[in-house]
Parts: sequence; structure tokens; C-alpha cells
Amino acid sequence: MEPATQLDYNHQLSLRELPYIIRWRDDRCKRCGSCTAVCPVKAIEPAVKVQRVVQSEGPVPTPTASRKIVHVVEQVTDIERYCTGCGTCTLVCPNEAIEPEYNPQNKFLHFKNRGGEGYKRGGRRNDPSVSTLDRLKFTRISMLTDPALDAGRHEFRVRTLLGRILPADELPLKKVNGNLVVTHENGKFIPPVREIFPIMIGSMSIGALSPPMWEGLAMGVTYLNEVEGLPVVMATGEGGVPPRLLKSKYLKYFILQIASGYFGWDEIIHSIPHMVEDPAAIEIKYGQGAKPGDGGLLMAQKVLKLIASIRGVPQFVDLASPPTHQTKYSIEEAVAKMIQSMSMAWGFRVPVYPKISGTKTARAVLNNLARNPYAAALSIDGEDGGTGAAYNVSLDKMGHPIASNIRECYLDLVKQGKQNELPLIAAGGVGKKGNLAANAAALIMLGASVVSIGKYIMQATANCLGDEFNRCNLCNTGKCPRGITTQDPKLYRRLDSDKVAERVVEVFKSSNVELKKIFAPMGRSTELPIGMSDGLSIDDKAMAERLEISYAC
Amino acid sequence: MCRLAAITSHDYFSPMENILALETMKEGHDGSGLGLTLKDLGGPFEKMKGYPVLSGICSKKGAKMLDDYMEKAGFKLIDIWAPKIKAVKGMLAARDHYFARVYDYPASYKHKPVRERDDLLMNIRIALRKMGESDESIFVFSFYPDVLTLKEVGDPLQVAEFFGLDKDTLKAKVIFAQGRQNTNYAIYLYACHPFFIQGYCSMTNGENTAFVPIREYLTGRHFPGYIGYNSDSEVFTHILHYTSRQLGFPLTYYKDVITPLKESEIEGREDRESLKLIKQSLRPLCIDGPNVVIGFTPDGTCFMVHDAKKLRPGVVGGLKGKYALMSEECGLDSAIPKRDKTQDIFPMKHDMVIIRPKAEEVTVWNQLHN
Ligand code: SF4
Ligand code: SF4
Repeated sequence: MEPATQLDYNHQLSLRELPYIIRWRDDRCKRCGSCTAVCPVKAIEPAVKVQRVVQSEGPVPTPTASRKIVHVVEQVTDIERYCTGCGTCTLVCPNEAIEPEYNPQNKFLHFKNRGGEGYKRGGRRNDPSVSTLDRLKFTRISMLTDPALDAGRHEFRVRTLLGRILPADELPLKKVNGNLVVTHENGKFIPPVREIFPIMIGSMSIGALSPPMWEGLAMGVTYLNEVEGLPVVMATGEGGVPPRLLKSKYLKYFILQIASGYFGWDEIIHSIPHMVEDPAAIEIKYGQGAKPGDGGLLMAQKVLKLIASIRGVPQFVDLASPPTHQTKYSIEEAVAKMIQSMSMAWGFRVPVYPKISGTKTARAVLNNLARNPYAAALSIDGEDGGTGAAYNVSLDKMGHPIASNIRECYLDLVKQGKQNELPLIAAGGVGKKGNLAANAAALIMLGASVVSIGKYIMQATANCLGDEFNRCNLCNTGKCPRGITTQDPKLYRRLDSDKVAERVVEVFKSSNVELKKIFAPMGRSTELPIGMSDGLSIDDKAMAERLEISYAC
Repeated sequence: MCRLAAITSHDYFSPMENILALETMKEGHDGSGLGLTLKDLGGPFEKMKGYPVLSGICSKKGAKMLDDYMEKAGFKLIDIWAPKIKAVKGMLAARDHYFARVYDYPASYKHKPVRERDDLLMNIRIALRKMGESDESIFVFSFYPDVLTLKEVGDPLQVAEFFGLDKDTLKAKVIFAQGRQNTNYAIYLYACHPFFIQGYCSMTNGENTAFVPIREYLTGRHFPGYIGYNSDSEVFTHILHYTSRQLGFPLTYYKDVITPLKESEIEGREDRESLKLIKQSLRPLCIDGPNVVIGFTPDGTCFMVHDAKKLRPGVVGGLKGKYALMSEECGLDSAIPKRDKTQDIFPMKHDMVIIRPKAEEVTVWNQLHN
């Protein structure tokens, strides 16, 4: 046997350790070099090889061996340049000669901690199994005992309320000639409430997203409101908003987010006197489902001129938002104060609500907010929520699934009789398998008033390549091959904001139709079936018990 | 679909009129039960107007428990009315006691405000219900002055015969009757309409798809009377009670609560500002139909409302001094045949038909125009 000297002191990884293995076809490749040029991580490279070729020509076999120089495309085994499976190479290949293949045996996480740094990435929890949301079924169908409705013919009101709602016995009403009229005599505060479409676009910041992506979403949302009459709102994420939008009449379709870094708020506060419309709401971010207890991070490479100016910071510096608000001392004081200050900034005309990550302690937060008359809602972001950048360990292992978290919070409100006073916003993994309307309807029937989406909208409107097999997920690097999460013009010119806007409109219009297709056979059309838990079943007894719904198999 | 027959009149009349109307509407109910609520009682009760009447059914054991409890609570029994039970073929065996017992308030309550007295009566009714619910030894349907309720499983006409109503002198000025079509739930007396709470009563047909969120909202009010819900229609009565008694809203707002207008329609109403707030605050009480609700309030006003999905509306018609609110036209023909049929009212989705006590006239309140 030949001595395997090549293996001595060899720390090289084999391709088998990597999550994706490139299948390259020699016979199809025309050596154009497009794939190697486009690969965001340089996982493939052109290589020159010497091949021994045995040939025979002529009428009788006369084999002769010759050595030939060949050009190949080769995958590297450097863990820093692992193939992410994004498939950009496949997209550019004119001859379908290259394709990444998922390697379920990979030992990627064993090695992706070089330099003593934990693996960081974007995306959402890498768990491709079927989520609870996708296991929920709508089983209460109106059959013969009462007529089911026709989703195409009946009038439907698929709307919800965002904002604190006064209990009926506290409404400042008095009787005048058999009519009820609002009396302003006792100075009772009537909190602001918005009527919106029950699915909203969750916070993604203008620094995390590229200009065409953010613009595309914003244009789509505005079109839905202005032209389609579908009152969809979108949260901005931390880091401010383009100054032009702050002063435009379309601001009313946007929820401004304030997070622990307060990025962008200098600009926002200074714009208040010039605003012609109030924003839809203010979201105070205390946590994010993808990385509970972790702050935000915008990597230096994404802090280009526009972002630096909107956020009011120098260019090319890491922008870390601390894990918690520095002013936060306790929920009773600091959170209440924050809600009040934000409310005050807009003359108490704008709903202000906190967003937290899914957690076992959500109910404690909820109960506190329930007692705070200025808290407009509670947004809970479950473990399947997405992010632009986080440690893999936070993404994969931290957090609470949204289904039972929202359910227990809703049932807690029911016990107190406050389920209509403090709307719950549910997020995290909605539409993970593409079932946007079904997941949203299930969460609504479990008790959510509003459902928020992030990753889904990136996938559906801009063809984001990421998935739960850790495909792509380069969002943190500024090298997004789709141009979604990058500030590099060479990359984001790949994205057409008009196309994104068009897709946003299509997504919401179709989910509006699909929601009706779910509600109609259940006999519901006038009000959103919030908490209509008798409509739901699941094929697992323990889950049914936990969610207090029925079991069906 | 359950059949509903309500009659309101200037003069006393017999519940047989309602039952015969139900009989003509027979195709719609399957004879799984009859519920009767009489208000403004005549006959043997005419002279006892101010005294609360406890209506129910009990076993021998239950009767003893009931007597003991009422005595302890300080109520003095004044009179007992019981239907003269007659064995009818095809009916279940009679239970031990069907009763309407007239009481006098405990001394300490005689001069208390009506609201407090009403609370006392309701709490007593609930306590009795809880005492006898598990072993079915006591059923109590109402405990209120000038109101009597009878319920039993079976075909309405047979039940009426069974109770001897055809020969009885029992009369009232407002009578609600429902022939039950059993749908989701097992035949159970507490699931039988009409439902009654503190002077408010209603009966409904059609399934209530928004039942669970409505029930959860009502139980969240932590009002002791918001219990039961053996039928998804009981919530309609409690919504009426909640909006009218607890919140003090005028009756027409019941319609605005259960079938709220669209935003654009609200703009056309004078009271739009309050209407918007009410719609938001009572969002979980919006019924999603298809339902027709017929009800009465403590002063004896009767009404009928629909939601927009009700494909076949109910009908209201009659003569000055006597009107009927029915789920079907043939029921109206049976109850008041000599009326001007062209004046019959089939309420539209925005209408609330209201008949004040004494049945002088019918008014149609329109939600869009208030
Ligand atoms: S799949 Fe993506 S990361 Fe892998 S080689 Fe192709 S372009 Fe590079
Ligand atoms: S396509 Fe862009 S946004 Fe999507 S996973 Fe890849 S890097 Fe992230």
C-alpha cells in the first residue's frame, strides 16, 4: 500500500463535513467562470488539474497514455468558505452544469467556530420539521345545521384593531334623547385605535434591508392601502426611516420602531413638527424571537452613507444595539414611562406597544401591560422568527414557540375579561411552509388579533434563498446574493423594487382571499374570529390539551 | 331550525295560541322540546303581580331541598301553581313536580331597590340550579315577578296537552314559545329556549358560529348570572341583559352591538362617535349569524332582529292590540288570521321591529337611519 503521507498532520476537512456539496458536471460545463465569480463566499474556484488519459486510435487497439491539463470547478473545504447551498451558481450557469446538494450527514457546527467565535448568521431557526402552526386544522365546518358562506359572494370584513380598547363599562357615554353620545365632561382618555388588515409586515430595519427591498415593501404597502383599500401596515424596524417618508402622508401606514440603540430617533423626533400624518403605531422593541435576550447588530460593512445618515452615526462602524434598553429598570417604571413618553410625543394620538420575544414569562409582562391603560398591544415574537444577524445558538436554541405562548396569554386575558382590551400580535414562523393565511387564521383563532410576518415576505416577494436547511442565511455578511439584505449597490441592483412591491400586493391580496376561504366554511364573515378555538383541532393529544382545543385524527 | 312563536297583546290570552302556531310551523322543528315563557300573567296569577314566581321542575328529593333552601333564604311561599299533568302517548314519563311557586320577598328586601331585589332573585335561582344540576333533582328556569316558564322535552302540542294547557286558565299578555330543533347538543332542559335573566328574555333560531368568543367575553364580565350556555343561543339573552341592564344602553343599541354597521355606514349616523367606540369595545359580541332573535325586556317591550346572513327573515304582523312575531308566516296566519296581511313586516338586515307593551303599534327602527 502506498504510504498516505498526505494525511499526516492533515487538518483539512472532507467535503462530507460540509452542509452542501457541489455537484459539478464536467460534460456540461463550458468553463465560462460565471459560477465562481458570483459565489458570495468563494466556495468554488476554478482549478487546473493534470489528468492521465488513455486513448486508442486506429483499427487495432493501441492504447497510449498521455497527460492532459484540464480546467475544473472545484469546491473548497475551507470552513470559512463553506458552500451555503444558496444556488446562485446554478442561477447563473448557462448549461445547468452546477448545483449544490444538501448533505444531511454534515458536521458543520462541529467546526464553525474558528477563532473562538461562535457561528453567526441570518435567517431563522434551522428546523425543517412541521411546526405546530402547520399541524392545526380548521375542523368546525358549517354543514346543514347552518349555511356555510360563499367566500366569493358574501361580504367579508377581514379587519382587526390595533390599539388599546376601552372596556364597554368605561366608555364615556351618556344618553341624550334615546341616543348615546360621547361625553368629554370627565376628561376620560380614549386611546387611539387603528383598524388594519390582520396580517402585517413585521419590523425589518432599513439598515438590514437594502434600499430596493425596503422601498419595494413600502411601495407595496402604500399601494395596498391607497389603491386596493386593504389597510396593511408595516413596521420599520430599528434605525429610522427615510426623512422623506417621515414627512409624507403615507407615514400613517408605518409603525415606527424604537429599540435599545435608539438609532434614527434623533431624526424622527426632529421631524415630528413637520409630520402631516401620525404613524400607524410605535413599537418598542424589547426582544426578538430569533435571538431572545440579544441586542441588534448591524455589521460595519452594511453601514454605508445612506444608513449612516439615517441613523445619525459614522460610516463603517459596527452598530450594536444593547440587549436591553439602558433606561430599563423595571416593567412597572421604565416600560410604563417609555410607553408614556412615546405616547406623549404624538399627543396620545398614536398607539404604543412593546414587542417581546416568546418566553415563559410573557404572561407576567402581559398582566403588567393589562394594568397599564396606555399600553396599546403586546407583540410576541416566537422562536421561529427571523433576523438579519444572530448567533446560531440563539437562533436555534433560544426562545418559545408562538402557538402555546399566544394561547396562554389570550386565555389569561379571558380570565380577566380583558381579551378585547389589549390586542395580541403574534409573530415567529408564520408562513414557514408557505401556508401564510392558514397559519395566520390559526393564530387568530388561538387568540391573536394581529399576525406579523418577516421572513415569509422576503421569500415570497424577493425570492430570498434562505430556508430551514441553513441554506444561504448570509444576511449578516452584507453579501446577500439576492440583494435583499445588503448595502452593496453591485448586489442590490439585482433586486427590482417595483417587482417587490408588485409581489407584496399579490401576497396580501391572495391571503385576503385565502382567509375568506377559511372563514367562510366556518360561517364567519363579520368579525375576525379571534379566539374561536372551537374551530381548531390538532392531531396530537398533548398539544390539544396544552392549547385547550380539540383533538382530531 | 327551531321555530319561534311570540305573541304580545293588550288582553290576556292562552299559551295554546302560541302552541298552535308552532304546530303549523311543525315542518321546522323535530319535536325535541317546548319552551314557554309567559310575562304579565293573568289567570290565577293576576292578583299576585308584585311577587316573584319561581318556575321549574324537581324530583321529590329536590322539592325538599328547594323548600328548605327557600325557607332559609327568608322567602315565604304564597301560592303554588302546577300544571295538571295528563299522561300523553309518546311522551316521556312525567317528572315528579312541575311548578310555579309564588313567594314573598324576605322582610329585609321588601323595601330594597328593584336592582338589588333582582340580584337576589337571580342569585337564588343560580344557587338552586347548582344544587340540583348534577343529579337533575332541581331545574329552575326563572325566578322573577310576573314571569312564568315551562319547559319539557317532546313535541310542542303533546307537551301542551301533557301540561293540560288546553284546559287551564293560565293566561298572559306576552308569551314566547319555541319548538326546538335539536342540533349540536343533547336534548337537555337547560338548553331549551326561551332564556331568561332578570326580566330579559330571548329566543333564537339558527346556529351561532361565534359562540365560543362570545361566551368567553360574557363569562369574563364576572357577572354571576352569565353561566349555563348549554345552548349557543343563551348568549343572545345575556348580551341583551349586558347591554341594556348592565351598560344602560337604549334597546336599539342591542342591534348595533350584535350586528354592527360597517365603518362607512356608521359615518351616516348622528351618534357615530359613540357607535364607533361601542363597536370596538363590544367587538366580541358581534354575532356572525345566521340568526333571528326575538326578545322582550322587563317593561314588556318585544322586538325582533336579524343578522345580514339570515336567508329567510322572521315575520311580524297583527292588529292593533295584538301582534305576533314568528319565525314563519304560517305561524302568523295561525295566531292572527284576521289581519291585514299586506301590513306584515319581514324585517330587513338593518331593521329592528319593536312593539311596546299593550301592543298598540309596531315600529321599525332602521339601523342605518336611526
Ligand atoms: S451554492 Fe452558493 S455558496 Fe455554494 S457554490 Fe454555489 S454560489 Fe457558492
Ligand atoms: S437570500 Fe439574502 S436575505 Fe435570503 S437568506 Fe440569503 S442572504 Fe439572507
